[in-house]
Amino acid sequence: MSDPRGCVSLGKIFSVFAVIGATSFGGGIVAYLRRALVEKEKWLDEDSFMAALEISQTLPGLNSTNMSVIVGRKLRGAAGALVAVLGMVLPGAVAVTALGFAYVALRHDPKVAVILTGVAAAAVGLLLQVTLKIGWRQLVQPRDLAFVAVVFVLVGIFHVSLVVTLVTVAPLAIWINRPREEDKAG
Amino acid sequence: MNKIIELVNNFALMSLLAVGGGTAVLPEMKHDTVDRHHWVSDTQFAEIYSLGQLAPGPNMTCVSLIGYEVSGLAGLVAVLFAFFFPACLLCYFVSQVWDAAEGSPWRDAVQRGMAPIVIGLMLAGCYALGKTASFDPAKGWDYNLLTLGIGAAVAIMLSLTRINPALTILAGGVAGYILL
Repeated sequence: MSDPRGCVSLGKIFSVFAVIGATSFGGGIVAYLRRALVEKEKWLDEDSFMAALEISQTLPGLNSTNMSVIVGRKLRGAAGALVAVLGMVLPGAVAVTALGFAYVALRHDPKVAVILTGVAAAAVGLLLQVTLKIGWRQLVQPRDLAFVAVVFVLVGIFHVSLVVTLVTVAPLAIWINRPREEDKAG
Repeated sequence: MNKIIELVNNFALMSLLAVGGGTAVLPEMKHDTVDRHHWVSDTQFAEIYSLGQLAPGPNMTCVSLIGYEVSGLAGLVAVLFAFFFPACLLCYFVSQVWDAAEGSPWRDAVQRGMAPIVIGLMLAGCYALGKTASFDPAKGWDYNLLTLGIGAAVAIMLSLTRINPALTILAGGVAGYILL
């Protein structure tokens, strides 16, 4: 594969990400990204896509915008990262704004209120399903499950601030998963 | 103006704390915007989150509507910027460092250590939303059975089929209209 770096126009980067931002529904953006970036445009091979995804998931921020930053940067540096994020976020932001105007105007209508109740109840199901799908490996492994439970109780039940939770639990979790000598040998 | 600054401070912090994606900050965001600042009500928060599921692109763009509730269009733009920009900037610089740490065993340790924390936060997000959206103690058991049932039906449908998630959300709205 020829190296696409530096030769893709900013307009092209923007349009590719804007199409993803306008057509991806329901949070499965990673699948859309793979199709566009790896299969269609061939800006990344499978390995570098997975590497970029790993960073996106580990760093704070949304996976989709982090992916945009990383891929945009690889293609055209800071300007590339900027147009990629704008392309990813703007279509959804415009749609949400339109939905929001309708929401503010109509939410006191009792008919609209029951629709929104149904929509919200369904959104909980979606969120739960996504969590279980991403997290089943952590939920079946006792050591990981213990961390899942501790974080859930601290943040969900006792409303301990996220900063405090991360500063205390994350170093412990990373230390427990620290590189071992036998890993090097294996 | 003060409200805008407060919004920006709040959402910029959320942006930098959103490890593993936006849903991880849901419980903290709900606690902050509903209980601490009283920017939106419990129900509004759940509804705004649900609207985000109906729009394309990153589902957390809906947080901008909290800004809209607080101070109109200026609030909307401020929250959008505050929630996306800091994390993107951090990602821009850290991804350069991360590339350089390729092959370090500690990179793996960070990933394996953070994974269960992210799942715990996401479950806490489900719980925070569900407390409002799926179970309302003020309503009768039949009402709560329906809202819980809608959520369960969506989760099961998504696990068993490859249906577009936005459609299941719309179906939830239709079910609410007919049943509730």
